[in-house]
Amino acid sequence: MADIKVNIAGLQMQNPVMTASGTFGYGIEFADLVDLSKIGGIIMKGTTLQPREGNDYPRMAETASGMLNCVGLQNKGVDYFCSHIYPQVKDIKTNMIVNVSGNSPETYAECAARINELDAIPAIELNISCPNVKQGGMAFGVTCEGASQVVRAVREVYKKTLIVKLSPNVTSIADIARAVEDSGADAVSLINTLMGMSIDIERRKSRLSIGTGGLSGPAVKPVAVRCVWQVAKAVGIPVIGLGGIMTAEDAIEFIMAGASAIEIGTANFIDPAISVKVADGINQWLDRHGCSSLADIRGVI
Amino acid sequence: MKYCKDLKIVGVEYPSDGYVLLKLTDKEQLPAINAGQFVEIKVEGSPSTFLRRPISIHFVDVENNQMWLLIQLVGEGTRKLAQLHEGDSLNVLFPLGNGFTKGTEGEKVLLVGGGVGIAPLLDYGRQLKECGACPTFLLGGRSSRNLLQLDEFKKYGEVFVTTEDGSMGDKGFVTNSSLLGESSQYVKNKDFRISCCGPKPMMMAVAKYAKQNEIPCEVSLENMMACGLGACLCCVEKTVKGNVCVCKEGPVFNINELTWQI
Ligand SMILES: Cc1cc2nc3c(=O)[nH]c(=O)nc-3n(C[C@H](O)[C@H](O)[C@H](O)COP(=O)(O)OP(=O)(O)OC[C@H]3O[C@@H](n4cnc5c(N)ncnc54)[C@H](O)[C@@H]3O)c2cc1C
Ligand SMILES: Cc1cc2nc3c(=O)[nH]c(=O)nc-3n(C[C@H](O)[C@H](O)[C@H](O)COP(=O)(O)O)c2cc1C
Ligand code: FES
Repeated sequence: MADIKVNIAGLQMQNPVMTASGTFGYGIEFADLVDLSKIGGIIMKGTTLQPREGNDYPRMAETASGMLNCVGLQNKGVDYFCSHIYPQVKDIKTNMIVNVSGNSPETYAECAARINELDAIPAIELNISCPNVKQGGMAFGVTCEGASQVVRAVREVYKKTLIVKLSPNVTSIADIARAVEDSGADAVSLINTLMGMSIDIERRKSRLSIGTGGLSGPAVKPVAVRCVWQVAKAVGIPVIGLGGIMTAEDAIEFIMAGASAIEIGTANFIDPAISVKVADGINQWLDRHGCSSLADIRGVI
Repeated sequence: MKYCKDLKIVGVEYPSDGYVLLKLTDKEQLPAINAGQFVEIKVEGSPSTFLRRPISIHFVDVENNQMWLLIQLVGEGTRKLAQLHEGDSLNVLFPLGNGFTKGTEGEKVLLVGGGVGIAPLLDYGRQLKECGACPTFLLGGRSSRNLLQLDEFKKYGEVFVTTEDGSMGDKGFVTNSSLLGESSQYVKNKDFRISCCGPKPMMMAVAKYAKQNEIPCEVSLENMMACGLGACLCCVEKTVKGNVCVCKEGPVFNINELTWQI
């Protein structure tokens, strides 16, 4: 058995596989279907300071090897998270990570400060890359200044592992990653969804209520691998790779491109137990190839 | 408890052009299923079908440990399902959603179905009859070719039908049925409730009838779904409590919870 434990800036994981925000609920929705304690980490639904109703239905459209969504960060706000959801998830035996979003550096920081108080949450993932909300989200993630502002504000109040999730909808993702590293991020995760669109030609309307949405699933994988490769070369902090991972082989591509860990999103909809299967598969692949740990293959490209 | 497992196909029938009836079984006993719950099917061998497909549970044959699905072939995914054979296996995530309101003894329930929306009503009829309630079916279709499984429905209650082309039963939509007409003995005392599943315009018409006549009414929605587990928030419907997941809080909703303009 190869050693597939990883340490992301103090965040200890038994394996490099996490579930991606917005695709795995709070973990509890999947408890019947997969052994949550065997997942490296669970990144919960996007959480904001104030409750958000999200966008109108329809919020998704299936596309070639993937899907578009424009959920728009529907959530009941950080207070509700702390009082109602945290008690339900705090004893799950894996890293329970909150994905934090906002519409100004202050709201991001206030939300993060609230999460900082929760003992059983070892890390947050800062979402500066959501393409589905008008204000905030991706607006911060597409410029180095915007990204730095948010990360600096959060770093001041957040004392545990700070992961920053990057948008691929930019000219140079490596530049953004460097800016985020300089502002105090402990790790970066990428990619969030690629902005896309799909039109129902019979109805002459977009398939999504707000017109555009974020593309995820296998369709985005080559773009994601390229982004991870570029960012891993540009920064010294750990890189978490995601985008279209469906199998252990997909995960290994990301690790070879330089990822220390990976996240699985859309694939959870097709196979709710995929995260554990990928973790086992990575281990088997390493064994088959005579590798004793992930370090043997990380960033070899 | 929810399961994601390969079920074995023990029957593939074609009750009418453009439909397939799949009968599934498992080595273990199938879990308890509320009528109105649904499954999410992984469709193999159809490259354009990426996500699972939500399909209502049509009937549970407890004695033979079977679960039946009645599927209308509308696109790539459902057409692929029609090519399955006895002995094949099908990966199914189930049972999902809440299901229809449990029946009580002596209660009169009108089950209104339109198109393939009749599917979950068969098992609901069975469950209602089992608990001593009195189900009556009102089923509508474009023509007689779209009215399936009528002999099965008749085992659990009286069946009334409407067709848009008049090829069977009353001509028109379910709301035009003589069963709901002025001279109908069935509706006279307004001592029944309605459970409805079908195309949205049809359910809205039924909901309107129910509201005007102050009859309790629940409808089963078919919003587009991804996870089926209440995790992705893609399938939401606007309700008086805000946006809620149809796959988890539904698919069955009382019409008073919805914000439909009726
Ligand atoms: C809770 C629930 C229960 C359902 N129960 C049944 C059932 O018992 N029997 C049955 O035949 N169908 C049922 N449906 C509808 C079924 O899921 C769709 O017809 C199916 O997903 C279409 O897949 P496809 O790949 O063949 O078609 P696609 O190629 O995906 O689409 C073909 C056409 O079908 C329409 N369609 C796609 N998805 C849906 C959907 N979720 N609801 C309505 N229309 C859709 C599209 O608008 C398109 O025009 C149910 C849907 C839901 C949400
Ligand atoms: C339905 C849906 C909801 C999502 N919600 C969030 C979210 O709240 N916060 C976030 O950072 N990313 C969100 N994402 C993006 C995913 O976490 C992930 O970055 C993206 O889907 C790419 O990975 P995948 O191809 O493995 O799905 C969402 C994705 C989907 C499909
Ligand atoms: S389909 Fe994912 S929440 Fe309903």
